[in-house]
Amino acid sequence: MNIEGQFVLAVLEGLVSGLVLALTALGLSLVFGVMRIVNVAHGEFFMLGAVIAWYVSTASGSFALAVLAAPVLVGAIALSIERFVLRPIHYAPEATIVATIGLLYILEQLVLIVFGPSPRPVAPPFYFRVDFPWFGYSGYKLVVAGLAAALLAATWLIITRTRLGLYMRATQQDREMAQAFGVPVHRIYAAAFSLGAVLAAVAGALVVPVRQAYYLMGLDALLLSFMVVIIGGLGDLRGTLAASLLIGLTDGVVSIFFSPTLARIVASLLVVLVLIARPGGLSGETTQ
Amino acid sequence: MMEGPVAELGPAAAEERRRPVRALHLAILAALLAAQFVASPFQRSLLARIMVLGAYAAGYNVLVGYTGLMSLGHAMFFAAGMYATGLLTYYAGAGAAAAFAAGLAAGVVVSIVVGVIALRTSGVAFLIVTLMFAQVFYLTALYFNRITGGDQGLILAGRLAPLRLGSLEVPFTDPAVRYNLALGVFAACFLLTLWLVRSPVGRVLIAVRENEERTRMLGYNTFAYKLVALVVSGGLSGMAGGGYTLLFSYLGASFASVLFSIYPLLWTLLGGAGTTIGPLVGTAVMTYLLDLASGVTDSYLIVVGVALVLIAIRFPAGIMGTIRARWARWLP
Repeated sequence: MNIEGQFVLAVLEGLVSGLVLALTALGLSLVFGVMRIVNVAHGEFFMLGAVIAWYVSTASGSFALAVLAAPVLVGAIALSIERFVLRPIHYAPEATIVATIGLLYILEQLVLIVFGPSPRPVAPPFYFRVDFPWFGYSGYKLVVAGLAAALLAATWLIITRTRLGLYMRATQQDREMAQAFGVPVHRIYAAAFSLGAVLAAVAGALVVPVRQAYYLMGLDALLLSFMVVIIGGLGDLRGTLAASLLIGLTDGVVSIFFSPTLARIVASLLVVLVLIARPGGLSGETTQ
Repeated sequence: MMEGPVAELGPAAAEERRRPVRALHLAILAALLAAQFVASPFQRSLLARIMVLGAYAAGYNVLVGYTGLMSLGHAMFFAAGMYATGLLTYYAGAGAAAAFAAGLAAGVVVSIVVGVIALRTSGVAFLIVTLMFAQVFYLTALYFNRITGGDQGLILAGRLAPLRLGSLEVPFTDPAVRYNLALGVFAACFLLTLWLVRSPVGRVLIAVRENEERTRMLGYNTFAYKLVALVVSGGLSGMAGGGYTLLFSYLGASFASVLFSIYPLLWTLLGGAGTTIGPLVGTAVMTYLLDLASGVTDSYLIVVGVALVLIAIRFPAGIMGTIRARWARWLP
């Protein structure tokens, strides 16, 4: 394959992983924006989505059922976490970070006990090749990218066009004022937290046929989502999408031409640079 | 500071009050010194590890406990010390003292560089920036795995000149040497933090923790104070990392991973953030718990998770913080 082909492949890989990342990161950004908390366990929702999808598709033989069941179950888990861990500590920023780091290890290690340490694959629900002049590309990956884009659009519609979305935006702008106007802030918190988890779980379920289900896959998803949220800006859907594609493409191109480790170093440094240039961009929204 | 009985009493009475503090801290060190004569070889080795890691936790505590800045990237300071000490020993055949000093210096240098950049942010952003920096450090260590040994790490055994005591030559891996050097590293961190938090600088750090805005209004350059706290914290962490490499003859990238940034947070919070004794207590309790759990299951890290959740929900003051609030208001 010549350099042109390699470049097209890198861009394609970057687009697919960027769109999946956008889905995961949007969940984190939503929780960050509406509830003003950092959910360090967010990557574990991604991992749980993948693992549950493996169980459901292995047991039922239907991958479509798995992609539906994973977010429902993970959303339910997130609801109970919101109710029994986050609400008792009143969403205090530092206590929430400590608690969600703890949840990260609890969820990860429970999956290790139940699911075991080895990665497990799921066969793609269908297989077809899209032929490019240089190589044939997995049709399933393109479908994943399309589904991720559709879900991003659906989330955007929920946020901008529904009553739930209106309440979420009101809570994000001014929690007390929203409450004074009759927004059920506690229920909106629960809804935002589980919606964030659902988005991560769908992303996790969708990538199982490409990346396998593995109990440690959550940390990577978390770190990448952090990068996206910082670069793209808080609760900003377009920013999230743009940053995800930027990180996905950087990752794709640098990984293929150099090394995946170097790609991750570059992306992490990018985040540091953004924070140097815009130190208040994030903290101004969350700490005051 | 406004809180605490020490401030309410006159200078003479305050000095009177300080005595049990100093005596208590010296008694703890004396107890650790004595423990080597009664502990089994296994316990002694575990205690040596607890003391070095306790020094790391004490360094972390300066930042999170006394200055109120939560970092999720301290593994890079610990690992900077570890790599500086270890690589100098492994490749350049440096002596133990020089290598150890290099470890301390590496912790200081890395924390100055990171601090100047990361302290432009605060709160959640600070947490994420430190996490990202530590990630860069970790990945860089993996990227240069031909030099650093990557995840597998490097074993120093045989490369380190033994310690000379007069005409006697003893290797660092000798249990008695290891134990007492670990105690030395811990004692240095322990006494330094005790001195720091009771000094005027330490008082300003506590003021920054309680209300940074007000402290700035009083005319303090809070950025400079926070940088001092971060550099002391990073320097002590680097020193602990260097000590760990010398005493356990090993360095590896796993010590730069996220888990090794979370450990000092857990140790400090469990023992009591903002108490001088807490980090050691938390490290000891957690090390014993993990030692027990790892004998039972491969999923022993679940203990870390449960502990963190319980601390957040039920036990925010930690062990020494609770003791201070209930019975001993004079504890620093």
